[in-house]
Amino acid sequence: MARARPEPVQVVKQRRDAALKALVEGVPYIRFLGVQFERRGDELTAVMPFDEKLIGNPLLPALHGGATAAFLEITSIIGLSWGHLWEEIESGKVEVETLTEGRLPRLPKTIDFTVDYLRSGLPRDAYARAKVNRSGRRYASVHVEAWQDNRSRPFAQATGHFLMPRRDE
Amino acid sequence: MDDEKNKIAQQFMQALPHARALGMRLIGMGKGKAEIEMEYDERLIGDPETGVIHGGAVSALMDTCCGAAAMSHPASPGGTATIDLRIDYMRPATPGQAIRAHAECYHITRSVAFVRARAMDDDSARPVATATGTFTVEGG
Repeated sequence: MARARPEPVQVVKQRRDAALKALVEGVPYIRFLGVQFERRGDELTAVMPFDEKLIGNPLLPALHGGATAAFLEITSIIGLSWGHLWEEIESGKVEVETLTEGRLPRLPKTIDFTVDYLRSGLPRDAYARAKVNRSGRRYASVHVEAWQDNRSRPFAQATGHFLMPRRDE
Repeated sequence: MDDEKNKIAQQFMQALPHARALGMRLIGMGKGKAEIEMEYDERLIGDPETGVIHGGAVSALMDTCCGAAAMSHPASPGGTATIDLRIDYMRPATPGQAIRAHAECYHITRSVAFVRARAMDDDSARPVATATGTFTVEGG
């Protein structure tokens, strides 16, 4: 049996990048904080470029704990949604055009979120990656870590539980 | 709260760039308690379909309010940083309504302040979210 020819690399990349862009840019709060996502295959790294408005304590100065918490929560929600969206766009179940037209999948809802502040956030760019430890039909559990200069020295980590959107509709 | 302390408290809020960026307003602060309000703002929407505010913005409100409560405790020298904060989201905040957080520092040692908080919209009978956290005790 002849195997189907693999798609040209540009077609694949464009489809994946367009889907990610639509998912991220649809959320006003992500734009407000200036959070961006970098993609390597299906792996996402969230980036929060430093901005004066993210500062909590101007004397130190240090990132506001709330900005850090929000960054971690955004990374978790997008990470969780992306896992599902990836399967749907790769299998052809969802066309990228429907996403770019603004018809986005419903996002998971946060049930609880616990942040551990390990060291103070410095006034510079921050990065984060989420790991989905369990993603069931209704509930999901996600762990997320954020770091700045040094990947092995995270400045904050969090665990959250999420209610998944219904997929049978 | 006396006028002098109230003035200091308002200056404290204005001095936090992130709290200012999110439009937070200090209602009151003192004796280990704090109350902060955050106006509804379209820039803070987390679910574009419903217009509900992002959980992250509620977290920022809770963190600020809990920190303010810890700092205002009579036994605190005035400085604090978050050690950990857990937030439970009971229901989505109603779009268009301000969210108001109340925090209380219910126990403090030389090193640690224990704080809990509730966030409400116009329906004050049903909280939008609750929080519990621990904060460092420092400064002075």
